[in-house]
Amino acid sequence: MAFDSFTAFIAMEGHGPYVWTCYGVFFLLVAAMMVWSWRRHQAELKSCRRVHEAADGSGRGSAQPTPATFTRVKVSQD
Amino acid sequence: MWQIFHKLGSPKWFFGIATRLMPWLLAGALALLAVGLVWGLAFAPKDYLQGNSYRIIFIHVPSAFLAQSVYIMMASAAVVTLVWRMKLADVFVKAVAPVGLVLTFLALFTGAVWGKPTWGTWWIWDARLTSMLILLFLYGGAIALDRAINDEKSAARAVAVLVLVGVVNIPIIKYSVEWWNTLHQPATFKLTEKPSMPAEMWVPLLLSVLGLYLMFGWLACLRMQTEILVREQRTRWVKEHVLARRAG
Repeated sequence: MAFDSFTAFIAMEGHGPYVWTCYGVFFLLVAAMMVWSWRRHQAELKSCRRVHEAADGSGRGSAQPTPATFTRVKVSQD
Repeated sequence: MWQIFHKLGSPKWFFGIATRLMPWLLAGALALLAVGLVWGLAFAPKDYLQGNSYRIIFIHVPSAFLAQSVYIMMASAAVVTLVWRMKLADVFVKAVAPVGLVLTFLALFTGAVWGKPTWGTWWIWDARLTSMLILLFLYGGAIALDRAINDEKSAARAVAVLVLVGVVNIPIIKYSVEWWNTLHQPATFKLTEKPSMPAEMWVPLLLSVLGLYLMFGWLACLRMQTEILVREQRTRWVKEHVLARRAG
């Protein structure tokens, strides 16, 4: 351990605010990237599932009433 | 040989490999980052000149290293997109550009905060800092250009050209500390020499760099999978994949 006490570790001889700000922002952004990418992936899986279940028609989808969905419509701006 | 090349370019094949690889990448990334950063923050000795502020190096160098490394990977993928029209290469470029943008921002931000106690200023327009800022704009430009073009193939080609033109910036970043007078210190790691730091400092730094590399690997796999799902939504293998997951 390079420090004598926990307080010294936090203070870092006056450099604490700089060091901890950097580590804070680093963890925040890395964690945000991980969570955001994961959630986007799950959302995309869900949307694929919905498309294929709807296409199946009488298949798996008919067992329960299909919930109302919003279909994305691509509008060309050309 | 040609067959392997084709297989490598197949989104379905990649999807399967990535699924198997991702738990290992994530576990390795978290373990290496935890060891490297705790070691660097609490156990590495203090720098005799910069004091404790130098501990920012354990996140600054990995971020900056990855920011440039990701760009070189994107440029290689851009060549593949332009020459062989391989779909997976374009998927890679699109999936990792935002990650590169965040890493470049982190390198600039941690650098600025480190600069204040060390140089006495948050920012100066010197060669290293300015060329890194240009890297940030290149990432932003690639993302914006991709979003601006509706047609997938035209977007892929346009982005590939932009990324390739921007690659000229990479050697400028690398050699900026040697070509020009700059406040920035020279490279910490060189392939040809032993590091000038003691092992208690460079070993945790190396662990953090490797850890962030694996973290990037995990993010790249996940984001590429998402992009593949978007593009191949209506194919049979995606249907089997998503319906099997629900049943299982």
